[in-house]
Amino acid sequence: MQWSEFFTSSVGKKFVMGLTGLFLISFLVIHVGINATIFADLVDPDENGAMFNKAAHFMGSTVLIRILEIGLFAGIILHIVQGYMLEAKNRSARSVGYAVNLGNRGSKWYSRAMGLLGTIILLFLIIHMAHFWVKARITHTLAPVTYNGVEMHDMFSEMKAVFSEGWVIAVYVLGCISLGYHLAHGFQSAFRTVGVHNNKYNSLLVNLGYGFSILVSLLFALMPIAMYFGWVG
Amino acid sequence: MEHYTMNLTLKVWRQKNSQEKGRFETYQVKNISSEMSFLEMFDVLNEELIREGKEPIAFDHDCREGICGMCSMYINGKPHGPWHANTTCQLHMRAYKDGDTIVVEPWRANAFPVVKDLVVDRSSFDRIIQAGGYISVNTGNAVDANAIPIEKDKADNAFAAAACIGCGACVAACKNSSAMLFLSAKVSHLALLPQGGPERKSRVLNMVAQMDREGFGACTNTGACEAVCPKEISITNIARLNAEYIGAGLVVE
Repeated sequence: MQWSEFFTSSVGKKFVMGLTGLFLISFLVIHVGINATIFADLVDPDENGAMFNKAAHFMGSTVLIRILEIGLFAGIILHIVQGYMLEAKNRSARSVGYAVNLGNRGSKWYSRAMGLLGTIILLFLIIHMAHFWVKARITHTLAPVTYNGVEMHDMFSEMKAVFSEGWVIAVYVLGCISLGYHLAHGFQSAFRTVGVHNNKYNSLLVNLGYGFSILVSLLFALMPIAMYFGWVG
Repeated sequence: MEHYTMNLTLKVWRQKNSQEKGRFETYQVKNISSEMSFLEMFDVLNEELIREGKEPIAFDHDCREGICGMCSMYINGKPHGPWHANTTCQLHMRAYKDGDTIVVEPWRANAFPVVKDLVVDRSSFDRIIQAGGYISVNTGNAVDANAIPIEKDKADNAFAAAACIGCGACVAACKNSSAMLFLSAKVSHLALLPQGGPERKSRVLNMVAQMDREGFGACTNTGACEAVCPKEISITNIARLNAEYIGAGLVVE
């Protein structure tokens, strides 16, 4: 069997979706972990985002991480393009639909709405990257801040500025809710897709997936909310 | 259970052939016994249609014992009707009450083209089986059934997978029209047993390739297939199929 045959088969395409999905999940762990350092302000009022700014600087200035960033973009693009291609193929497998649908009697709504949820996340990502990534990595238009003689971007102040508008908070919360539901199905589904078929682990992964989805989406959503209401910063 | 009779409104998909565009026809059926099976109710309706000189409704059926996999019918949005782990032929009219409206549609999937009315062509399943859903054994004396030791759990799981009757309810229920539950049952059944060992890799690769050629969608693990399967085939089989396919696809030259 040729590589091309494997990766163009329905199972091979799903394998790519599962692998990239798991890779993006691992990215979320890092992302939410680093961003959660903004909450250091809650215990130390003089902190003013120092821990977060230093962590963001470490991520932006470490060569190995910048190389991984290229892999991250490749993973995201592959996940999106492959996802849309599969969605189109799957939709085209039934030209005449039903008058009465099975709906929630057979599956959870969010497991059937992965394409829609993914699209909302994609739109959110575009806004999110314009807010932070472009300013930090491309245009370098962030205010500087110096810690121990090292100048770095004041990402924390940028967060406070971005999260001062109500519509931005609404967009971010919607993005987080979509991410939560996308993960609620995607987390456990990815493991099945890459071949985990031990029932003991599968039921563990389902619950782990729900816990992960709630924790990650809640933590992410709390960041703009906490800044908007002035709990942090 | 107490016997009762009912009058029902049926909305049935009528389609002359695979070329013609179909439509729903509404029929009133009267004095249907609660002890009739769903297909017997259709028999009664068809007798009436024949008496009136009309074309009877074509539907698939054979054993009417829930074991052959011939009956189909998407009843009020669910393959094989409202009961769990049940085939249409084993669905009885006590599931309904007087005055109910029942919508009956054929399986919908491009890989299952409508032949006529509620009859669809499921030969795509046959071709998937032909691609590898068997074991090759040299002829000769039959081997003693107990000659090969098989772990009990594996034998049980293989048996549970082998219970698939190939009715296609999984495809009908799946939003992607994916045949993965069917295929995974067939692959698991043989992959779990030592007899399936020699052709294990080529089997899964050939059967998936054939499934893709037939135009079924890909699996997104929604679980709708498992929820409607009359034989309660577990979705875990799909994860096993994925493991079989990835394990074979990444090493076979």
